[in-house]
Amino acid sequence: MDAESLLLSLELASGSGQGLSPDRRASLLTSLMLVKRDYRFDRVLFWGRILGLVGDYYIAQGLSEDQLAPRKTLYSLNCMEWSLLPPATEEMVAQTSVVKGRFMGDPSHEYEHTEVQKTNEGEKVFEEDVVVQIKEETRLVSVIDQIDKAVAVIPRGALFKTPFGPVHVNRTFEGLSLSEAKKLSSYFHFREPVQLKNKTLLEKADLDPSLDFLDSLEHDIPKGSWSMQMERGNALVVLRSLLWPGLTFFHAPRTKNCGYIYVGTGEKNIDLPFML
Amino acid sequence: MGDPPSDPDPPSGPPDSRRRSSQVSRRRRSRELQPTFSEEAEAEQIPLDAGILQRSQEYLGSQSNLQGWSPGAALTQQDNLMFQAEEAQLGGIEYPSLSMGLPIQPQPYLEEGGIQATRTASLMLQQLQQGQGNLFQQLESAYQGAGPDFPGLFSMYQGDDLQFGHDAPHGPYLRDDPALQVSLSELGFTPFTVEVPEPEPRELAVQNAKAYLLQTSVNCSLSLYEHLVNLLTKILNQRPEDPLSILESLNRTTQWEWFHPKLDTTRDDPEMQPTYEMADRQRALFVRSSGGEGEQEMEEEVADSPVPNVMESAFYFEQAGVGLGSDESFRIFLALKQLVEQQPIHTCRFWGKILGLRRSYLVAEVEFREGEEEAEEEEVEEPAEGGETPDSPGEEEGEEDEEKAVDVVPKPQWKPPPVIPKEESRSGANKYWYFVCNEPGGPWTRLPPVTPIQIVQARRIRKFFTGHLDAPVVSFPPFPGTEANYLRAQIARISAATQVSPLGFYQFGEEEGDEEEEGGAGRDSYEENPDFEGIPVLELVDSMANWVHHTQHILPQGRCTWVNPLQRTEEEEELGEEEEKAEGMEEVEQEVGPPLLTPLSEDAGSLRTSTWAGATSTARRTSTPRCRRPRSRSSPAARRSWR
Repeated sequence: MDAESLLLSLELASGSGQGLSPDRRASLLTSLMLVKRDYRFDRVLFWGRILGLVGDYYIAQGLSEDQLAPRKTLYSLNCMEWSLLPPATEEMVAQTSVVKGRFMGDPSHEYEHTEVQKTNEGEKVFEEDVVVQIKEETRLVSVIDQIDKAVAVIPRGALFKTPFGPVHVNRTFEGLSLSEAKKLSSYFHFREPVQLKNKTLLEKADLDPSLDFLDSLEHDIPKGSWSMQMERGNALVVLRSLLWPGLTFFHAPRTKNCGYIYVGTGEKNIDLPFML
Repeated sequence: MGDPPSDPDPPSGPPDSRRRSSQVSRRRRSRELQPTFSEEAEAEQIPLDAGILQRSQEYLGSQSNLQGWSPGAALTQQDNLMFQAEEAQLGGIEYPSLSMGLPIQPQPYLEEGGIQATRTASLMLQQLQQGQGNLFQQLESAYQGAGPDFPGLFSMYQGDDLQFGHDAPHGPYLRDDPALQVSLSELGFTPFTVEVPEPEPRELAVQNAKAYLLQTSVNCSLSLYEHLVNLLTKILNQRPEDPLSILESLNRTTQWEWFHPKLDTTRDDPEMQPTYEMADRQRALFVRSSGGEGEQEMEEEVADSPVPNVMESAFYFEQAGVGLGSDESFRIFLALKQLVEQQPIHTCRFWGKILGLRRSYLVAEVEFREGEEEAEEEEVEEPAEGGETPDSPGEEEGEEDEEKAVDVVPKPQWKPPPVIPKEESRSGANKYWYFVCNEPGGPWTRLPPVTPIQIVQARRIRKFFTGHLDAPVVSFPPFPGTEANYLRAQIARISAATQVSPLGFYQFGEEEGDEEEEGGAGRDSYEENPDFEGIPVLELVDSMANWVHHTQHILPQGRCTWVNPLQRTEEEEELGEEEEKAEGMEEVEQEVGPPLLTPLSEDAGSLRTSTWAGATSTARRTSTPRCRRPRSRSSPAARRSWR
């Protein structure tokens, strides 16, 4: 959610039950302003909170002018001092996929994972148990990256693509109408499109290239991995992800207010197909 | 028009001017220039360059096409220049930006005008200030009337030109007009013979262009002309910053608005109907107290109302970062009040919210008043008894078939495991009754009491809630019941596992013979300790031993108090089957669970409970009173449930 409209967004996203305490909110308002100044971000998003056993991680992201460019991610333990996280790489994601369970809440914590590695020495094959240390920071980075790639949402029309390439915020976005807001196809993944090129030419002919340049949510597998509800008596659309429980996207139809926040344990719900 | 637009160089006068002229006429229609010119313009007496004049001539030549002049305009030469420059300003978006900082009213347009244009503009504005304000009124009466009457030299020429243009095309001998020739020679250059556009073809061309713009599109009744008028009106009214960069969006918006006009106030917006209905229902929540119940209300407030103080709890939860938002909490409070009025309730508590796929559940935990509940229990039991009778005729038929068949089908020896009886209400897992509703303002539905088999099965499956109580729960192993039963089972499990309180807050009541009771039964009641003095926050955070469960643990059997399933009831003994009794007798161990008020440090699974360091800092800052909320942090009631 945009740091500019933090209070309103938190209020609208409060239907999921998890939010922020008043002192955290107040600290965020101040510290995100300073982060924007120091890092020269165009827009700062408060991404959410990952619950750990001993402490929580508060995550913020900074965007440049081009909304789809790689973002810088920062984390903080107390909403006041923010530290930059390294960008996620494939190896990180692969390495941390073996770590299960909750986050500890201590960034210097190291998970130990024993792997059986086969080493060849001459003709003999040794099997050694290698203990791999994985830092919690790495795990944090990869989890945030996975969540962004999988379930970050933006409504159709909020961004538009210029002919030169960069993607900008659409300042004349007035919000989805009520009928559009109830359809899953009006919401896009806020990431580089992956499935767009698989569309048939017939489908592509109906698309508006400046607005429909992202993947829509309706083709997500498994079907039904999004729960859409109207709250506050039809005045608010709330999308909750079932794949990463804790991600809430809200949008007030006919207004500009929209945003998403993740408050959860940082664990993927692998049982999703069985639970539906 | 066939002319190439947007030539940024000022010298390419005629094509731009032609386009500009039509634009000017359009804009004149739609805007009103307020002459708020500064005094500084007066100070600038810039001599007219020949170049300027030449260009001016060209502009003037183009004015023959203008039809926006009404007679009686008293314009001097400078006025003309002003008019041209204004024209240049208005039409010249492609002009290079200015470096003169003249604070003249049409500022954004000035930036796009030529430098010379501004200089002339200053003169014109000066003129305007001197009382030639009727120009603008004339501007607005476009496409009307005969040509204007220019007293000035050029203007006179121009006026004649125009007049002639209107009435009769007498192009050539205008230049030979002796009066005009004198004026021209005074200025000292040979003007219009150099280049003078023919008035008639010019005018014709403009008319053609306008007709082209006015033609309506095939799909709709909107013409480009009208659309551009709307667009420019919108821009001029709203005056957005940097209109060029949002031009495309504005264009799209204007078009959209044309095709989606605002509905008449006499008609209802069909899309908003459900919203309005929901708002009406919620309004009923707020207006409940009206209707001559003032006195009764006062009495209720004096007495101990069973409605909980939701706002106070919400405040504490908010400090911990858990909550539904203050207005939602208030609505829940009103909904609970409504529930208390509808049902004979002794105590009531907001248990929490369970998120579902399509709708969510708000759960209230209530205790009925003594004796009130029995009437409702009977209704629940009747269908259960009705279900038992069909079984016995089935067994008899089976035996008959066996006798008839030649091959005796082996009788299945499997007997379903004995049904463990559910707990009595007000005890164990059925200690409280639960009501659910989907949204505050919606009707409250009572959940049926939970049976042990439901709890046992609920432990083995993981399913999402859809939000509809009668939805089937399709799972493996199959769940005996609908979503209402599954919901109730999950509520029972959550309550039993996660409700905690600080050590010492509750204590056991003094009863005789406590220790002599069977180990399995345990104590099942507690009362508030009046001498509780509170534990410092640090100690509460550091050690789990300072927190205790105050709800009974549910045994693997599915009940809180153990029942031996093999104890035959009287009915079953009458049916006989002593043989099977001997065969099926198994050693069933009594299941024992941790007794009430066990500290959390005894909990199995170290990761399930965690103290929250953040809460410590919060608690220190806000001096919370001694009574800490008896709620477990590992699963606040407002979190999604699938455990």
